[in-house]
Amino acid sequence: MTASALRELDGDPSSRKRFLKMLGGAGAAGALLAACGNDGNNDVTKTTDDNAGDLRIVTYVLTLEYLAAAFYQDVLDSGVIADKRIGDLLTSIQQDEQEHVDALEATATSLGGTPAGRPRTSFQDVIGKGAESILQTAATVENLGAAAYLGQVRTIRSKDILAEALSIHSVEARHAAALNDLAGRGLGDGKDRLAGSLPDGPFAKPMDMAAVLKAVEPFIAG
Amino acid sequence: MASSRPVAAELATIRVHGISREAFLVRSVLAAAAAYGTMSASALVGRALAQSRGGDVDILNFALTLEYLESTFYTLAVKEVGALSSGEQQLARRLRDDEDAHVDALTATIKQLGGQPAAKPAFDFGGAFGGRAAFLKTASTLEDTGVSAYNGAATSISSVDALAAAAGIAQIEARHAALIRLARDKTPAPQPFDKASQMEEALAAVQPFITA
Repeated sequence: MTASALRELDGDPSSRKRFLKMLGGAGAAGALLAACGNDGNNDVTKTTDDNAGDLRIVTYVLTLEYLAAAFYQDVLDSGVIADKRIGDLLTSIQQDEQEHVDALEATATSLGGTPAGRPRTSFQDVIGKGAESILQTAATVENLGAAAYLGQVRTIRSKDILAEALSIHSVEARHAAALNDLAGRGLGDGKDRLAGSLPDGPFAKPMDMAAVLKAVEPFIAG
Repeated sequence: MASSRPVAAELATIRVHGISREAFLVRSVLAAAAAYGTMSASALVGRALAQSRGGDVDILNFALTLEYLESTFYTLAVKEVGALSSGEQQLARRLRDDEDAHVDALTATIKQLGGQPAAKPAFDFGGAFGGRAAFLKTASTLEDTGVSAYNGAATSISSVDALAAAAGIAQIEARHAALIRLARDKTPAPQPFDKASQMEEALAAVQPFITA
């Protein structure tokens, strides 16, 4: 599956859906873990080959970006979002996620790997519940994304890939803060609104690979 | 992109008084951002730090000086900007508290590494507190500059603990930047990658400021 073929699929929702259907159970969370080479214990990559560790990390974050890009595309295709301001924001975020996908696919290839297959995702439950549910899930996905990138900065070997990860990490953080705010997080239980946008306080908390993959399992079909 | 049109002119009005190399670098970053936009700041920082070969303490001291800048900015803004909504005042106080926490953490980390924390420079923010719009605009540029500076400097950090700490702070600066942008009705993430562009001309442009 070349990158250009994937982009063609992106431009054609029906062929993209066929492709995802074709992937079938290959995108299930268990396969995801296998694809990322995760042993479920920790994130420390003990390898004599620097590229292998970095490729594993790139494959992992690429999988998260596929998931995020697919989510926003499904949301936009559904027409559920009526508010123009929110629609514009989600469109802009979808474009960011697709840019991340394209960049990480190229990075995976440059490391001698084959870009990860797109996971088969399922967001119909979330989308079916309407705009509020969509914003909450979007906030969750972005907070996870930011924490996931932060969780890998210790492990990445290549300075170039670290720079790439950091440049995406802070964009996911921007998405997360905006979506937390729009989702009204923190308002419901007497906290101030900013507690939702800055849930970790002054220092962001990382998440390791196993915890992130477990958290996105509900969105993986199969 | 190569235009010298001032895209962050409000930064040019901020004066940093101090003779330390960190204060000097902050002056340079602000000058670069004022001349070319915040994208150029991180390339400048990376180069300046690489040239210094000063190691993690130097990088963290540079970050500390930037945090002093932001902390002082919000501390003064909370007192001096009269036209903020209650939500905006709450945001300014929250950001002040976060920047204060960053100052404390960086100071402690520098000491742990056996270094001497940089002294807090004196700052002059010009007309940034003259009204809501001026405050938010300068805040936005400071936060975006902070994200860019952390992202540019982080790859030069040797200690993985210090790197993880710097990245954890960078994420908060990015969240701040998004919230300030929302307050201004701007898109929270103006580009898909928060990355410095390599701009040779940025260095040339800041030379006059550096020798001043």
